[in-house]
Amino acid sequence: MQRTTMDLWVGLFVITGIIALMILSLKVGNLNVYNPSQSYVITGNFENIGGLKVRAPVKSAGVVVGRVTDIQFSTQTYDAVVTMNMDSRFPFPKDTFASILTAGLLGEQYIGLAAGGDEVMLKNGDKIMKTNSAMVLEELIGRFLFNKAAEDDSF
Amino acid sequence: MPRRIVSAVQHIGHRVIESIWRLGYASRFFILVLLKSGTSLRRFGLVMRELYFTGVLSLIIIVVSGLFVGMVLGLQGYETLQKYGSESAVGTLVALSLVRELGPVVAALLFASRAGSAITAEIGLMKATEQLAAMGMMAVDPVARVVAPRFWAGVISMPFLAAIFSVMGVFGGYLVTVVFIGVDEGSFWSQMQSAVDFRFDILNGFIKSCFFGVAVTAIAVFEGYDAPPTAEGVSGATTRTVVTSSLVILGLDFILTAFMFRGVS
Amino acid sequence: MPPEVLIEVNDLSFSYDTRPILKGIDMSMRRGQVVAIMGGSGSGKTTLLRLISGAIQPTSGHVKFAGEVVHELNRDALFRLRRKMGMLFQFGALFTDLSVFDNVAFQMREHTNLPESMIRDLVLMKLHAVGLRGAHQLMPNALSGGMARRVALARSIALDPMLIMYDEPFTGLDPISLSVIGNLIRRLTDALGMTSIVVTHDVQESLKIVDYVYFIADGVIAAQGTPKEVRESVAPFVHQFVHGEEDGPVPFHYPAQTYQEDLKLEDTFA
Ligand SMILES: Nc1ncnc2c1ncn2[C@@H]1O[C@H](COP(=O)(O)OP(=O)(O)OP(=O)(O)O)[C@@H](O)[C@H]1O
Ligand SMILES: [Mg+2]
Repeated sequence: MQRTTMDLWVGLFVITGIIALMILSLKVGNLNVYNPSQSYVITGNFENIGGLKVRAPVKSAGVVVGRVTDIQFSTQTYDAVVTMNMDSRFPFPKDTFASILTAGLLGEQYIGLAAGGDEVMLKNGDKIMKTNSAMVLEELIGRFLFNKAAEDDSF
Repeated sequence: MPRRIVSAVQHIGHRVIESIWRLGYASRFFILVLLKSGTSLRRFGLVMRELYFTGVLSLIIIVVSGLFVGMVLGLQGYETLQKYGSESAVGTLVALSLVRELGPVVAALLFASRAGSAITAEIGLMKATEQLAAMGMMAVDPVARVVAPRFWAGVISMPFLAAIFSVMGVFGGYLVTVVFIGVDEGSFWSQMQSAVDFRFDILNGFIKSCFFGVAVTAIAVFEGYDAPPTAEGVSGATTRTVVTSSLVILGLDFILTAFMFRGVS
Repeated sequence: MPPEVLIEVNDLSFSYDTRPILKGIDMSMRRGQVVAIMGGSGSGKTTLLRLISGAIQPTSGHVKFAGEVVHELNRDALFRLRRKMGMLFQFGALFTDLSVFDNVAFQMREHTNLPESMIRDLVLMKLHAVGLRGAHQLMPNALSGGMARRVALARSIALDPMLIMYDEPFTGLDPISLSVIGNLIRRLTDALGMTSIVVTHDVQESLKIVDYVYFIADGVIAAQGTPKEVRESVAPFVHQFVHGEEDGPVPFHYPAQTYQEDLKLEDTFA
C-alpha cells in the first residue's frame, strides 16, 4: 500500500471518530444546553426528599435549568441538604420557592423552582430558604383518609 | 485414592501459581512497552501505519454491527414501550444502552476479534520466523519498534471505534423507529437529549472504551510476543487473545460500571 | 605482522538450566578471516553465536569483541556493539512486511541520518553485491529460499559491519546457489575487510572458502586447524565428519536412558 493512501485513510478514520464523538456530545447528549462550566451552585434544605436522586433535573416552568449534584444528610438540622448546579443563563431571585415534584403519578422526581419577586438574585453558594418537601404517597393517602373521617364525623 | 486427591490439589496449585506468574510477567511486559514508547511518539509514522491496520480495517465491521445493533434495539424497545404508550422514549432507550454499555463493550469485543487477533498473529509470526531476533541483532529494540507502535495504535483506535459504533447504533434506531415505524421525530430526539447526560453517560462511555482499548491491545501484544515460536504456538496465542480479552472486557465493564454509576439513578 | 585479533573466546561455558552445552571453549579470530564452526546437530553452535552476540550470558568465561567483554556491557553499549555485527539467520528472517529494498535499508534508516537519495544508492550497491539489484521492489514472499538468504546477506552488510555470523547458510540450497553463497561470503569478507563466522554442516563447500575450522563436540573444541590440516587429519573424529560416516566418535543419539529402559523392555529381557 502506498504511504500517502494509508495516511489519507488514517486521517479519514480519525476525523470520522472525532465527528462521531461530537455527534454523541451535541446531538445525542445535548451538551450545549447544560454546560457545567458556566454554572452556579445553590443549596436547599428539605425535610423529606422522597425518592430524589443525584442528577435529577431542576426545572422551572417545565424547562431544565440545572441538575442535582449532591444530596447530604445534615446532623445539625436533621434534614437533607440538596446541592444544585444551575445554568448561569438562568438567574433566580433570592426568595425563589423550591419543591420536590414528581413527573406523572409514579415518575421520577425532580426539583421545581417557582421564582419569587425579590430584586436580589441567588449567587454561587447561596441557600434557598423556602422549600417544600416531597409528597410521600403514604402520607398523602393517610391525610386523605383522615380528612374523609373528619368529614364523615361532621354529619 | 488420597494420592489422587493430593495430585488434584497439586494440579490446582500449579495452575494458580502459573497464572499468577504469568500475570506478573505480563504486567512487567506492559510496563516495558510503556517505557519504550518514546520511539513511537517521536516517529509517529510508525503508529500511523498500525492505525491503518487496527483502526481503518476495523471500520467496516464496526459500522455494520453498530447499525444492526441499533436497529434491533429500536425494534425491541418499540415493541415493549408501545405497550405502555411511551414509544417516544425509544430514543432514550437506544441512546442510553449504546452510549453507556453496548457501544464500548460490543465495539471492544469486535475489536478484540478483528484487530487484537491480527496483532497477536503478526507479532507471533515475526517471532517465530526470527524477525524479532534479527531486529535485536541489528541493534533495534523490537519492543520499541514493533510492539509499542501497535499498542498505541490500538489504544488510539478504540475510543473512536466505540464512538462510531454508538453513532451508527443511534442512527439505526432512528431509521427503524422514526423512518420505518413512524415515531415522532421531535420527541425521539428531545427525550433522548434530556435523558443522556454528557458527563455521566457520554464521558463515562468514552472512558470505558479507553480502558478497553488499553486492555485489549496490551493482551494482544503480550500474547504475540510471548507466543511459542511455532505454528501451534501462534494459533494458540491468537485464540487466547480473543478469549482473554473478551473476558477482561466484560469483567472490567462490570467494575467500571459499578464505580461510575454508583449512587446514581 | 598478522592482522589483529577481533574476537577472543576464553574458557567459555554455558548451560541451559543444569544441562551444560558448552564447557570451556577457547577460540580466536582475526580480521579478514573466514572461520567455520562445525559440529553435530545440537552440539551448541547456534548457542555459541548467541553468546558472541551477547543475546545470552555465559555461565563462566568471556567473549571479547574488539577489546570489549561482550557480556559485561550494558544494554546501550551492547546495542552500539551490535551495529558492528551482522547475523545471517538460517531462514533469512527478512521482515515480511517490508520490500526487499526496505529490508536492506532498514538499518540505515534506523541508525543513520543519511538522506534518502544516498540510502537508495547504498541499498542498490549492497543488492548488486549479492546479484539481486533487479529484485529490489519485490516483497519477501516473492523470493525463493536462496534469494531470501542473499537479500538477508545484503541486509546484514548494510552498515559495513566488522563481523558477520552465518548460521547454517548452506542448508536447503541447490549446489549452484550453494557455491554462489559460499563465494559471496569469501568475496565480501575480503572486499570489506571484515571477519566471518560460518556455522555449517557442509564440510566440502566450507572447506573451499574458509581459513580456519573449529570442530565442536560434547561442548568442547574437539579439533581445529586450517582446511588443509583438516583434510589430511587422521583423527577419527575429524575423519568421520569430513567423510560423513555414520559410525564413529560423534554420537547419532541425543543423550537418553538406554533404549530398553525407554521401551520398558526390562521385564521381558531380564
Ligand atoms: N532455549 C533452550 N532451552 C533449553 N535448551 C536449549 C535451548 N536452545 C537450545 N537448547 C539445547 O542446547 C543444545 C545446543 O543447541 P544449539 O541450537 O546451539 O545447537 P546447534 O549446534 O546449533 O544445532 P543445529 O546444528 O541442529 O542447529 C541443544 O541440545 C538444545 O537442545
Ligand atoms: Mg543451530
